[in-house]
Amino acid sequence: MAQGFRVLAVGVGGQGILLFSRVIGEAALLEGLPVAMSEVHGMAQRGGVVETSIVLGEVKSPYISPGEADVLVALEPVEALRALSRCRREATAILSIDPVVPQVVKDGLATYPELPPLLEKLRTVLPRVYLLSGEDLARKAGSAKALNVVLLGALAGSGTLPLAKEAFLEALRRVVKPAYLDLNLRAFDLGYQAVLSAQ
Amino acid sequence: MHPLLSAKEGERRLLLGNEAIVRGALEAGVRVGAAYPGTPSSEIGNHLFTLSRELPGLYFEFSINEKVAMEVAAAAAAAGLRSLTCMKHVGLNVAADPFLTLAYVGVKAGMVVVTADDPSCHSSQNEQDNRYYARLSGVPMLEPATPEEARAMTLYAFELSERLELPVLLRTTTRVSHARSVVTCGKLADYFRSEKGRFEKDPGRWIPVPAVARKRHRVLLERMREAEELANRSPWNRMEKRGPVGIAASGVSVNYVLDAVRELGLSDRVSLLLLGFTHPFPRRLAAEFLSGVERCLVVEELEPYLEEALKVVAAEEGLSTRILGKAEGYLPRYHEFHPGLVKEALARAAEIEYSPPETPDTSWIPELPPRPPTLCPGCPHRETYRVVKEVLRELGEEENTVYPTDIGCYTLGLLPPLKMADYLLCMGSSAGSACGFSVATDQRIVAFIGDSTFFHAGIPPLINALYQGHRFTLVVLDNDTTAMTGHQPVPSQELRPEPLKEKPVISIAKFCEGLGIPTVEINPYKKKEAAEAIRPLLSSGKLGVIVSKAPCVLYRAKFKG
Ligand SMILES: Cc1ncc(C[n+]2csc(CCOP(=O)(O)OP(=O)(O)O)c2C)c(N)n1
Ligand code: SF4
Repeated sequence: MAQGFRVLAVGVGGQGILLFSRVIGEAALLEGLPVAMSEVHGMAQRGGVVETSIVLGEVKSPYISPGEADVLVALEPVEALRALSRCRREATAILSIDPVVPQVVKDGLATYPELPPLLEKLRTVLPRVYLLSGEDLARKAGSAKALNVVLLGALAGSGTLPLAKEAFLEALRRVVKPAYLDLNLRAFDLGYQAVLSAQ
Repeated sequence: MHPLLSAKEGERRLLLGNEAIVRGALEAGVRVGAAYPGTPSSEIGNHLFTLSRELPGLYFEFSINEKVAMEVAAAAAAAGLRSLTCMKHVGLNVAADPFLTLAYVGVKAGMVVVTADDPSCHSSQNEQDNRYYARLSGVPMLEPATPEEARAMTLYAFELSERLELPVLLRTTTRVSHARSVVTCGKLADYFRSEKGRFEKDPGRWIPVPAVARKRHRVLLERMREAEELANRSPWNRMEKRGPVGIAASGVSVNYVLDAVRELGLSDRVSLLLLGFTHPFPRRLAAEFLSGVERCLVVEELEPYLEEALKVVAAEEGLSTRILGKAEGYLPRYHEFHPGLVKEALARAAEIEYSPPETPDTSWIPELPPRPPTLCPGCPHRETYRVVKEVLRELGEEENTVYPTDIGCYTLGLLPPLKMADYLLCMGSSAGSACGFSVATDQRIVAFIGDSTFFHAGIPPLINALYQGHRFTLVVLDNDTTAMTGHQPVPSQELRPEPLKEKPVISIAKFCEGLGIPTVEINPYKKKEAAEAIRPLLSSGKLGVIVSKAPCVLYRAKFKG
């Protein structure tokens, strides 16, 4: 982290990647750490691949090339595999293991791979891999929609970013609508604890 | 209060490039905005639309297309009010006609034209490089690299425009418009006054009949000379001399260059020419830069705009500096760049060893299922396609039919199992190309167009079809909104936000009936009735319009909130 830090967040349209990255950005702003990110806006329809590149510190390019990401956060497991080549060999990966099955698979035009052996293999490829039952945790917090914030808590818990837990929480308070704050704070905490207990 | 208004002077905010442009325009006191949406420019219009409800001194409209938006903004600036229009790159093709002559007649108050280009076609049908529009028209151009520059340059663009009495082109790309980073806000203009402008008549200036146009062209060329001098001295054009290897860059590439120089450990060995004010090209500055380096790598996405300008300067000055760019194979002329690509090019230019970072083993990953964008569950477009398909199948015409299509969510009718999209060029081309297919083939023709696209560019070709006697069915997918770009209003809209309730509802069916074209309106969810209603039109094959009316499900959900 001497020079800079790159986080790649991936998932599926509708999972809340924008809010996820927004909170990291606000947390960095609170900590006075330079931050830039590149968001994907575009098609209104749901269900496409979505990614955000977030760079902290001295890095200026708001985009991450192959072999550059220090942390990969995936809200969907197949998307983690798709993005793996963007990681450094020493990267940390944090992922929710619950599949979001693409329409083409439902229509019988493609197959969704069998996950358990792939996730096992992933553990041997990167030095630190955190696998979360993201949906269970989000539902436990109060809504499956809080999956993005569960992963945010997990990222904070992993200690891979030079940002204090309190900065994440304060950023969350600023970004989330007050009516959903408690739910999101619970989701954050469940993700945070899940990673701590896995360490 | 809108978040772009609540930020105080000096406050640091995390803003999207497009939001930063809006903030800059508010600091400049923009009074009139007009735009047609298009990714990656859309957030600019969306914010100005919302802000115009809060600020008595700000008018904004979603115009029917970019040409009209350009004309609205031009007239406002001629009448002394600062104005802004924004569009995606291809939008400037539509607005090019007024834009090129606007450069002759010029403006009184500042006018900024934002063009948001889309290298890699993230959400576009081509990746044209609109920097050539600056060259073609003669107007000054600024290219921000970051959201902070986007804010500050927008503010400056208004001043520059007023000083030169020319519109200014602010050119972004997807990775600038949709980058988010820290912006230090400036002071907002006073929006609680709303006095009108006043147009001073001056036919010798504002009416470019040939005699006036010839004179104004010379005025434009003089202004360009003045602008070039400003570009030579502009703080947006920075030169750092540190060694015999030079790099020239503009726009988002500046970031990639700065990272590459630092990460390759070349900080004290390479000279940099980082350009933000790129038209007119700052030739004197470039000559000074080139005379201090042996070779110069040019880092710019898409066309060799800077590269060729630098080569001209080198030739004019008799310099032997080698310019290394696209022609020399250092960087590609297509798609957006990424940091790794720039690092590799720089290493090659600086003649140092470089191997790209090692990536994790991915050989064990099986083929992964793709996630192409698809129509949402319950989308009315799907239902319309199904009814039309069913009736054509009944008629035995499904395979014999050509389906010209248009741009919007419904372009996805291209995918199986629908496969009802065969030909597309640009907005409005469904109806225009249907005219051509109708004379060139004996095939049946059923064309599809969205409501927003119909108003934007579908009406002239429909009138052409009627007048020329072309034969096709035009299906208008009236989903109550411009869905693709984030649900902006359309004139036929029925579910309307409060401030638009006063405006008339313009019915597409009534419009077509008024022209005397056989027209039916259907509800695509009522399959049986809809099939009955459209059968006569589809079986005749003559010119006819089917208006399929049902709101976009996402828009309806958002509207009902
Ligand atoms: C000249 C031009 N301007 C803007 C766009 C961006 N754009 C693509 S489709 C579209 C409108 C889509 O609205 P509509 O026709 O109502 O279809 P919907 O997405 O609602 O199905 C726009 C604005 C473009 N491609 N070309
Ligand atoms: S956003 Fe609306 S129009 Fe577009 S696919 Fe979804 S439901 Fe259909």
